[in-house]
Amino acid sequence: MSDENGVIYRISGPVVTATGIRSRMYEVVRVGHEGLMGEVIELHGDKSVIQVYEDTSGIRPGEPVVRTGQTLSVQLGPGLLTQIYDGIQRPLPVLEKTMGTFIERGVDADGLDLEKVWDFEATVSVGDEVAPGAVIGTVQETETIVHKVMLPPNHSGKVASIESGSFNVTQTVCTLEDGTEIQMMQKWPVRTPRPYHQKYAPDTPLITGMRILDFLFPLAKGGAAGIPGPFGSGKTVTQQSLAKYSDAQIVVYIGCGERGNEMTEVLDEFPHLIDPNTGKPLMNRTVMIANTSNMPVAAREASVYTGITIAEYFRDMGYDVALMADSTSRWAEAMREISSRLEEMPGEEGYPAYLSSRLAEFYERAGRVETLEGEDGSVTVIGAVSPPGGDISEPVSQGTLRIVKVFWGLDAGLARQRHFPAINWLSSYSLYPQSLDQWFRDNIATDFPEIRTEISSLLQVEAELQEIVQLVGSDALPVDQQLTLEVARMIREFFLQQNGFHDVDAYTGLEQQYKMAKAILTFQDSAKKALAAGGLLEDVVNVPARTNLMRDRFEPGYVDRVDGLVDEMNQQIAAAAEEN
Amino acid sequence: MSGKEYRTITDVKGPLVFLEKTEPVAFGEIVQLRLTDGTMKNGQVLDTSDDMVVVQVFEGTAGVDLGSSVKFMGDVFKLPVSKDLIGRILDGAGRPRDGGPAIVAEGEADIIGAAINPYSRQSPHDFIQTGISAIDCCTTLVRGQKLPIFSASGLPHNDIALQIARQAKLKGSDEEFIVVFCAMGITAEEYNFFRSDLERTGALENAVLFVNLADDPAVERLITPRLALTAAEYLAFEQDYHVLVVYTDVTNYCDALRQIGAAREEVPGRRGYPGYMYTDLAMLYERAGLVKGKKGSITQFPILTMPGDDITHPIPDLSGYITEGQIVISRELHGSGIYPPINVLPSLSRLMGGCIGEKTTREDHKSVSDQMYAAYAQGRELRGLVAIVGEDALNERDKQLLDFSGLFEDKFLRQSRDENRSIDETLDLCWDLMQNISTKYLVRLDQKWIDKYHPTEKK
Ligand SMILES: Nc1ncnc2c1ncn2[C@@H]1O[C@H](COP(=O)(O)OP(=O)(O)O)[C@@H](O)[C@H]1O
Ligand SMILES: [Mg+2]
Repeated sequence: MSDENGVIYRISGPVVTATGIRSRMYEVVRVGHEGLMGEVIELHGDKSVIQVYEDTSGIRPGEPVVRTGQTLSVQLGPGLLTQIYDGIQRPLPVLEKTMGTFIERGVDADGLDLEKVWDFEATVSVGDEVAPGAVIGTVQETETIVHKVMLPPNHSGKVASIESGSFNVTQTVCTLEDGTEIQMMQKWPVRTPRPYHQKYAPDTPLITGMRILDFLFPLAKGGAAGIPGPFGSGKTVTQQSLAKYSDAQIVVYIGCGERGNEMTEVLDEFPHLIDPNTGKPLMNRTVMIANTSNMPVAAREASVYTGITIAEYFRDMGYDVALMADSTSRWAEAMREISSRLEEMPGEEGYPAYLSSRLAEFYERAGRVETLEGEDGSVTVIGAVSPPGGDISEPVSQGTLRIVKVFWGLDAGLARQRHFPAINWLSSYSLYPQSLDQWFRDNIATDFPEIRTEISSLLQVEAELQEIVQLVGSDALPVDQQLTLEVARMIREFFLQQNGFHDVDAYTGLEQQYKMAKAILTFQDSAKKALAAGGLLEDVVNVPARTNLMRDRFEPGYVDRVDGLVDEMNQQIAAAAEEN
Repeated sequence: MSGKEYRTITDVKGPLVFLEKTEPVAFGEIVQLRLTDGTMKNGQVLDTSDDMVVVQVFEGTAGVDLGSSVKFMGDVFKLPVSKDLIGRILDGAGRPRDGGPAIVAEGEADIIGAAINPYSRQSPHDFIQTGISAIDCCTTLVRGQKLPIFSASGLPHNDIALQIARQAKLKGSDEEFIVVFCAMGITAEEYNFFRSDLERTGALENAVLFVNLADDPAVERLITPRLALTAAEYLAFEQDYHVLVVYTDVTNYCDALRQIGAAREEVPGRRGYPGYMYTDLAMLYERAGLVKGKKGSITQFPILTMPGDDITHPIPDLSGYITEGQIVISRELHGSGIYPPINVLPSLSRLMGGCIGEKTTREDHKSVSDQMYAAYAQGRELRGLVAIVGEDALNERDKQLLDFSGLFEDKFLRQSRDENRSIDETLDLCWDLMQNISTKYLVRLDQKWIDKYHPTEKK
């Protein structure tokens, strides 16, 4: 028997052991008569242990195993955007076409449409020296996104020929003097980070339009955030809001081991939703990966790598990319399942000992970089975490929190009160403000960080006062503290609460966020003055203009009305004091 | 393909049989065991290699000895499917249990079931009226949804499930559901309760029952729901029916899963349940929904009992992570004599947003539901405070909310087992009860609905 072809020795769920092949780690092999795709994940003497990306029922020992010589790779090039893939980059629409409603096995599909012809516009000329990662041409991939065709990172030289025109992704668009032929499609092994020149410290916020995130716990472009929360607390809605409204240029959305219908929802919605940053359908900038909970676990394990590699590829073009992974816990569980089939020594809660290093390696692929081409590009990673019973002392939450700099902690209690987004303002944090404050001062308001501090300390004070209220009732507090409670309530109900499904309220620009925060502090000031002048708390807080100020945010154009509404409120509060 | 019998059993452990074999056996292949006394048992291959085959025996290994013979049937587990399934009662392994003839198959389907391509799904959005106010108003059921009941021992989840199965219909349509009922390890008494109710109401003619009872083999439970869902998929996606799958008790299913894991000496996850339980459950729950180009649908209504009433126990926890919401039954409400004792606060229907409103239920539904929920939540919370500081310390608003929470339970939640309220009746009832709170405190209600629906303040 040759080294290229072996046979199955053992099958245990998604893990197959083969003998008779001399494979390499992470090599892709074809398993069984149906040629199921698998990846070598362990070598044991003459045995190769393979995780198989499709269901293994009905496969028998003795069936063939064939080497491919390739590692698990994705196809990169025009055609990625608007596409929806499974965990190993098979386009789901193609799978539907070949096998119908249900995903049967043994079907291969290219990640890119190899037939489709694109208009390639050369941006270098014959005789130009091109370095690895150099942009040699462009393709208008979607209405809003220009796809930059790059030299693969392992190639460089002098351009011998290049031509603008219509090509499919496998046709040669450029040759180098050493004879290398360059196509628009390149392949990249998913488990290897794509190279860049250097990493920079992030200094620009990813603007999400979610007030609690942007204002209190901002995430930087190129940063990493974790969203842990029990079921029903809002992980998916938050991730989807980020995919809809954040000001990334490219969004990679990975549905990893979660519900099928949630992906359908994205597919239904995104083509009709308008990107607030470009005014064009959101789908134009989106790549989706859907390996739902009932799809093969090995492909689920691969899905986050597939996603992040695609994200890096767009980063290399100089784009700001945001990647959402919902949920990284399901990825970790896939690792655990495979690891247990390998009979590896388990670590905490049965997870493999390498769990935390895998998590770290994944989040390390986030970052703001100088690309090989010398451009500024970034990958921001936002990972949902699904801790069992909502208890974040478990390994996946802990492993994530050790790495990410932003923690948006979802809270079952808040979700139960229908306070959405149910992000706990006391336990959440962002370590980015220091590096982002300058940006906020320069671009929004010079006192932006100070306003933020005032808002968060009011929330802190409220938490302390609430403990007293629980014992004696709020009427027992002195009037200034009762006012503080009222102000804090305004922060929660007017500012922090934000309906992710409301046409207007779901997205708030930074300028408006700032104005809303200021309005709350103004209310506090006027109310204090009015109380000092003898006004009654009951009258002061219940002026109709304050209710208007709060309710009006659900109508479009609010940012232009806030100042007027605040003036009105001030007048009424002052009047309320005089009445007494 | 094979058909040869092997007498090469080397070990028997729990529900597992280990044997050395002589020819390649497929992963997942179905197995027949013949005991030395002639008894036949069925099993399935869990692990297969050149040296050793591991078989899980559905009926348990009692009576198996090293001399028992094993025959590999050459194929994975399949269910003969046909429209004739409707009206039949089958056992937990798919054999007739009603004394009727064998099912004449129109086809065979692999019971593991392939995953629905997410791209081929269609978002569920049709409102199912259950006639139960708490559900219709606050955790609306949508056709194609998977919405489990999180209950606990001794609570009336079966009554609620039956009431739903009896009353569920699409608003403004007489289209009936086909009920696929799947019993996993429930008692004969519980089963008889279900069956006689279905019989009494004539629903049995439009139902398929798969029955594995408490004294039936535990391991068989691992295939019973797969048979039921395979039947459901056939009826929904090949025969255009709207299917409602009720299965109970998922907790027994999970315990069977744990038993297999333990026998295989797998590294256990939380509380001894296997680490792959999430995936395993997903392979049941995700077999719900609607798909493009097919008329039928599968709505799932699984029932699970939370061990120790603990919603963070792995069974409800993992379920909640997969299903599209949950209806939580409360021992406290049950204790105060309220039926159905649904605690709406931890309950959730994730698909509700897309299915309620002017075109489907009523224009004020969302507003009313939000307000009812918020007022009840606040009222309930005040009960705790009142216990400490007394009712006198409450201000006017809080007093109204506190009183409202009592009315909510007594008038809104409470209804009789055969009371079938239309969605209009339910929403009118809400308005009726909300009169007890001054409108200035009803901040979640849009003014336009107050103007239109408020019993005393409408214009
Ligand atoms: N920002 C939000 N605005 C409005 N409703 C929300 C928001 N976040 C969550 N919800 C509600 O909570 C439910 C559960 O949210 P989801 O994101 O699916 O939770 P998880 O992914 O944590 O299980 C949603 O169906 C929705 O009703
Ligand atoms: Mg979710």
